[in-house]
Amino acid sequence: MAYKIIASQCTVCSACEFECPNGAIRMKGETYIIDAAKCTECHGDQPRCVDVCPVENTCVRA
Amino acid sequence: MITIEDLVRGGKAGAAAPAKSGGCASSSCGSSGGPDDLAPHIWEKVKDHPCYSEEAHHYFARMHVAVAPACNIQCNYCNRKYDCANESRPGVVSERLTPEQGARKVLAVAQAVPQLSVLGIAGPGDALYDWRHTRATFDVVSRQLPDIKLCISTNGLALPEHVDEIVGMHIDHVTITINMVDPEIGAKIYPWIYFQHKRWTGVKAAQILHQRQMLGLDMLAARGVLVKVNSVLIPGINDEHLVEVNREVKARGAFLHNVMPLISDPAHGTWFGLNGQRGPTAQELKKVQDACEGGAKMMRHCRQCRADAVGLLGEDRGQEFTLDKLPETIMVDTADRDAYREEVERKREAHRAAKAAAGALVREARDACSLTVAVATKGDGLVNQHFGHASEFQVYLADGAGVRFLGARKIDEHYCKGGLGEDSALAGIIDILADVDVLLCAKIGDCPKVELAHAGIEPSDDFAYEFIEPAIAALYARRRAGAPADA
Repeated sequence: MAYKIIASQCTVCSACEFECPNGAIRMKGETYIIDAAKCTECHGDQPRCVDVCPVENTCVRA
Repeated sequence: MITIEDLVRGGKAGAAAPAKSGGCASSSCGSSGGPDDLAPHIWEKVKDHPCYSEEAHHYFARMHVAVAPACNIQCNYCNRKYDCANESRPGVVSERLTPEQGARKVLAVAQAVPQLSVLGIAGPGDALYDWRHTRATFDVVSRQLPDIKLCISTNGLALPEHVDEIVGMHIDHVTITINMVDPEIGAKIYPWIYFQHKRWTGVKAAQILHQRQMLGLDMLAARGVLVKVNSVLIPGINDEHLVEVNREVKARGAFLHNVMPLISDPAHGTWFGLNGQRGPTAQELKKVQDACEGGAKMMRHCRQCRADAVGLLGEDRGQEFTLDKLPETIMVDTADRDAYREEVERKREAHRAAKAAAGALVREARDACSLTVAVATKGDGLVNQHFGHASEFQVYLADGAGVRFLGARKIDEHYCKGGLGEDSALAGIIDILADVDVLLCAKIGDCPKVELAHAGIEPSDDFAYEFIEPAIAALYARRRAGAPADA
């Protein structure tokens, strides 16, 4: 399991890329994407990418 | 502040108009510190910064580049899809730039606008939380344009850990947006903050933000960085509280306090906008600004410019410098910029000499009466705008001590549309200028003249095309002598 970013809602602020402890997030084209293989969902804690994302329901469970 | 006597004696030849400013028309506004009442090393830092010095904002331009999109808090007045609605004009979105693009834009503007003295990074998110982008941009620019002042605007949450680097990069100016010093009030403004890798909400979040802001302010003041505090005035939430903010930040060494009106509209999609929280009226804003006088020095000429604004305050040339319009490579030639600086110094000297020659102050205030005057102007310090074409009015206060700029008030729509006056626009204008005694303009039609007079605002085109402050001074002197404005 992993998280994903809903591209149409993403403001491309880059905060999630900055916060991800596993470097699982990178820019692709016009938006950011999460590499499912690297995503650990922050081991059950509230995921950092979700916490920092400024747009509700944009970084969600895949 | 320019005294009545200076101006009446100087008359039309006196106050020299700033060359081709096209921007803010005032020549006496906001923080009026000058070389005589500021310590020399501080005057050196502010004299060319258009936001920190009222005098500088007639000669110099600033630009912002939107290279810092990541933010670590959420404010109820911000919709991240439209940047910070309180530092932008409605309905316009900024172009996000990479540091390289940002630097290119700065170089292009520096070539085209020799008045450019300041580069600020204010967003669209938080310049310090997104430090990697901010630093990268400043690195390039400071190498190519070493004379440009670097300026930062932040919410302060991430400030303490960046103070060393701020000082190391010779960033002399930092603005912190401080809307409260009481976390209970803060909880109504900030739904959440992101700190130490997690989201915090409620009063606890506001408490953390408050503590970090105070710590950051203390640290900057201790290192000699000039701190401007921006506060967004939100009626019913922090209007009564901002005086306390003013005293607190002054005690901690803030150089300037800028109280700005909340901009709120459901169309912006901000929480405040969607939930009926209105911004203050011009009179409510003035009341809070006046209440703050005597504490931290007040800035009154803020134009709430966008995170990608370019130009002299009041005039945004951002559209000329969008990415698609920038040349591929930009040759940096400082000849124009150096020549402009010399010209500014000459003008400043002439202005200082004129003021000095005007002689001793007359403190006479026979009846301590004051006059609030609205001026329609399109620039150059002149009463040169038709009432019907004005999109804003500059408001001044004249009393026994002199003429003081209070602020600019934008109106929603021009009165005159295609040759015909709009009654609803006029009603709106009268509302915004409710506390004004006299309105000066270059020309005004009979109908609005009558309506304004009925509302207690005396319109006058007697001073058409004259310099603003001398006109107001002469008007005031006439009034004191008992004649009506139109005599």
